[in-house]
Amino acid sequence: MAKKKTVISQEIIVAIVLVVLYLIFRLISADFGKYTTFLSVMDISYYYVLMAIGVAFPLITGGVDLSIGTGMICYALAGGFLIRAFNVPTGFAIVVTILFGLGIGIVNGILISLMGLPPFLATLCTCMITRGLGSVVTGSFAVPWPTAKQANGWFHSIFKIATADKTKLPLGLLWIILLTLIMQFVLAHTRFGRYTIAIGSNKEAAILSGINVKFFHVMVYAVSGLFAGLAAVAYAAVIKTVQPGTGAGMELDAIGGAIVGGVSASGGYGTIYGTVIGAYVIIFLKQGLPYIGFNANMQQIITGLVLIGAVCIDIVKRRVIK
Amino acid sequence: MGEVILTMKDIDKTFPGVHALDHVNFELEKGEVHALMGENGAGKSTLMKVLTGIYTKDSGSIIYEGREVEFHNTHDAQEAGIVIVHQELNMVGDLTVAQNIFIGREFMKGFMIDDRKMIEESRKLFDELHISIDPKARMSDLTVGKQQMCEIAKAISHKAKVIIFDEPSAALTEKEIEDLFAIIRDLRKQNLGIIYISHRMDEIKVITDRVTVMRDGTYVGTLITNDCTKEDIINMMVGRVIYEEPKTHSMVPADAPVVLKVDHLNAGKMVQDVSFELRKGEILGFSGLMGAGRTETARALFGADPKTSGDIYINGQKVEINSPRDAVKHGIGYLSEDRKRYGIVVQKTITENSTLATLEKYMAGLFINKAAEKAVTEQYIKELDTKTPSADQLVVNLSGGNQQKVVIAKWLVRNCDILIFDEPTRGIDVGAKNEIYKLMNRLASEGKSIIMISSEMTEILRMSDRIVVMCEGKKTGEIPIEEATQEAIMDKATRDIA
Repeated sequence: MAKKKTVISQEIIVAIVLVVLYLIFRLISADFGKYTTFLSVMDISYYYVLMAIGVAFPLITGGVDLSIGTGMICYALAGGFLIRAFNVPTGFAIVVTILFGLGIGIVNGILISLMGLPPFLATLCTCMITRGLGSVVTGSFAVPWPTAKQANGWFHSIFKIATADKTKLPLGLLWIILLTLIMQFVLAHTRFGRYTIAIGSNKEAAILSGINVKFFHVMVYAVSGLFAGLAAVAYAAVIKTVQPGTGAGMELDAIGGAIVGGVSASGGYGTIYGTVIGAYVIIFLKQGLPYIGFNANMQQIITGLVLIGAVCIDIVKRRVIK
Repeated sequence: MGEVILTMKDIDKTFPGVHALDHVNFELEKGEVHALMGENGAGKSTLMKVLTGIYTKDSGSIIYEGREVEFHNTHDAQEAGIVIVHQELNMVGDLTVAQNIFIGREFMKGFMIDDRKMIEESRKLFDELHISIDPKARMSDLTVGKQQMCEIAKAISHKAKVIIFDEPSAALTEKEIEDLFAIIRDLRKQNLGIIYISHRMDEIKVITDRVTVMRDGTYVGTLITNDCTKEDIINMMVGRVIYEEPKTHSMVPADAPVVLKVDHLNAGKMVQDVSFELRKGEILGFSGLMGAGRTETARALFGADPKTSGDIYINGQKVEINSPRDAVKHGIGYLSEDRKRYGIVVQKTITENSTLATLEKYMAGLFINKAAEKAVTEQYIKELDTKTPSADQLVVNLSGGNQQKVVIAKWLVRNCDILIFDEPTRGIDVGAKNEIYKLMNRLASEGKSIIMISSEMTEILRMSDRIVVMCEGKKTGEIPIEEATQEAIMDKATRDIA
């Protein structure tokens, strides 16, 4: 006789928080309500959300991926450098950027799953390596990808297109929704997703059930790397020039988003739609708080407090269930 | 009785320093429930691990369904139809019942897992077993009993022909045990072979057809359950020659004061209404089988686990112990059964370990007074005869016995007068054991009071001045050493719970 749980799911709470945040910002600041503001918030959101979707998988296994922030910059630098230095087609550079991310993800997976490094340590190392690697590749120079006006700058329109009457539409939001649905399906209805949860919930039991845990554990980090690669493309599309040496700390916002969105900090539970909603809460705080008179420092503090709140909900929830 | 489905013959297995299985024989027929019994460490689990491919045997043969077999892992064994229902349940709490039953062999519809079919199949399984569990429920929302039913359902869904139950009733309520037995009887009717490992004598009488007894890694014998008494089985379990002379009388003077009094201690299911007294210079043995609640009692007393009720008196004064910090303040030291996890920091030196609990005594302002620290460490190295080249040796490089001495030193440095030794000689070789025994005797004669939890009967009889026996969270007896025999202790440790 399983007790009926009366706990409202964290995803719903967070969705409500997101709406309330939006309304507060609009009420206080007229500027925040402008369409151009909305567009720029969306621009910034894509790469954070993509990172968050990817990192949700390691988090659900009870691990973490710290390499996605600096990694994203590194992959974007590499892709941009190919275009600038060798004049490769943009499409080719994008594919290389994404595969680079996938590759680093697999390296993380091998270090963690096959060689037994703690996820924190393994991805901290690749975080440092990718940070340095980006600078080495480009000779420490900033790399501008082609602008939207240039012929090979078509990739900008993946995320934002102008209609006939010159209104711009945040097309990227569509891709985010689509990817959210796909990855939620992967998590809930495929072997890979199910074993991701199993590894996070009881790895020993998963092994004893005859699951190839080592393989799936590598795949988890490969997915995280793949999405960091996708994020790199989104980053190149919205940020004019990719600067070497940046990116550190961005992974924390992505991880924070996933946790706020209900991914259990100790593994075993999480949803992709929750992760995306949580990531938007963090982005709204980041982008919205300055509009209502909080500076960047205050915004960091508030974001931290929101995270504590989210983790507390997770802990209380676990206790209630027990 | 049916035909033989499984024969294990002359199974031999040696681990470094331990002859775990010494030419053991075991036979299982179709349609029988066969109990496997023996004290902790008798080799039951090792034998089952050899059978299911977790361990490789050194010699001997396993004949299953008429053919000699050798499984390399549990998966192989499962494929062949031999499954084990573990004592600790191997369930993924965050997945549903159906998802757990079919984990690793999900039904697929292309890329997608066919959850609906898994739920349907689970429902069929449960119907077969006459149990009602919602296949869609989250595993961690179920009671332990229900989770176990799921394990059994999972076992059966493997088309099992032999099912091994490893102490299945340890965590179940009366009602759940009845349900379990109903299922086992059902399985027997379906002609499955069932191996039932348990310590509970009354259960053995109720559910099993035959009993095989093991002792110290050897095969003692097989009896028909209905033809033997509980005493027969106990005698077979404990009837070993005692190498070490047991203590004949208590070393504690009759007028020794009571230093510790535990009054009606309760802490969860494993500690129910436990009361006892400990006197100055006494070694109080705590005997019982695995899971009897001895360690839990010690942890509750030490403040490591929360207690629900009960009072603790030290030297006649009532004290509040709510954390290990409180306990240490009142002079209680606890030497964990799991040294590596709780007792010592293996990657640190002897010195660092010895003063870990007392560092404030060795501070000079903000800094650690290394000289004083080293002096006291060396004093105890000498006093306890710890074998080490220097006080700066990393603990990881010491033998088990010497590591134990470092833990003892840690508590002595702290001036603890009451020491709780939890399985003090586990993982320690015979020579070093004797040294630990001598050391404990000396500490007692110097006026320290010792609670010794031990699963080794010989150790209990050799060291204790008085013996407390526990069974299933309750104190079931208190025996002065003068009256203690293995049989008397075992009788209380396996007492039928009314």
